[in-house]
Amino acid sequence: MDAFLFFLFAAIAVACGINLVVQTHPISSALSLIGVMGALAVLYLLLGAEFMAAAQMIVYAGAIMVLFVFVIMLLNAGAETRKSRATFAKLLGVPALIGFLMTVSFLIQALLPRTEPVKFGAFTGGTAQAIGKKLFTEYLLPFEVTSVLILIAILGAVVLARKEI
Amino acid sequence: MPQTVPLSWYLILSAILFGLGVAGFIFRRNIITVFMSIELMLNAVNLSFIAFSYQLRQVDGHIFSFFVMVVAAAEAAVGLAIILTVFKNRATLAIDEVNSLKN
Repeated sequence: MDAFLFFLFAAIAVACGINLVVQTHPISSALSLIGVMGALAVLYLLLGAEFMAAAQMIVYAGAIMVLFVFVIMLLNAGAETRKSRATFAKLLGVPALIGFLMTVSFLIQALLPRTEPVKFGAFTGGTAQAIGKKLFTEYLLPFEVTSVLILIAILGAVVLARKEI
Repeated sequence: MPQTVPLSWYLILSAILFGLGVAGFIFRRNIITVFMSIELMLNAVNLSFIAFSYQLRQVDGHIFSFFVMVVAAAEAAVGLAIILTVFKNRATLAIDEVNSLKN
């Protein structure tokens, strides 16, 4: 069952990822990205990261992607136009990408020959309780710095989106 | 069909998604699609973090992944504001038409 779920959702993630790169209209790419994020949330659950799976769905697939879709709608973005350069890039880039990925896969398999099999339920340390405890004791300073970062991001977004610039 | 898959296959899936993100970043011309490719790369790295966290039986990888998520949210807010400003000034979303530095 573990292997079946992995293959199913890995296939969904890769198919949606390819669709993201291939589609010319940005809204199709955005929907594909939501598919990738949903599939990855299931894989996080398989790896015992239940809090991260929930956060992935709420923060990424919910908040960030709504922002993207909102901007696409606001700017009325259409499909991109093709250029003559694009076919050359495809001829050179797709084989290069496939070769690169095969090399990386071979290296991962060769350098990590005996990784353990993933079994659902073997690691249950990813609960909200465990993460909260770590976050407010060991990682308290990065957590506080993150709040400052978000405040600066809000200010930056407001300043950039003003009328005068 | 095997009952379980080794952990390294999760890492290979992460590498494939990262490669697709790089391809989208290089090949696409629409600035919003380029931005979404960056988000795809961040997601691929998050999968790596969580896979290694499973291997080491430690929750620290989840924390790192959580911080990556927070930074991605901040980055999306600022980046989309920049895209709005570029569109307001140039009336285009194609990245190779935004080339003031070249001239």
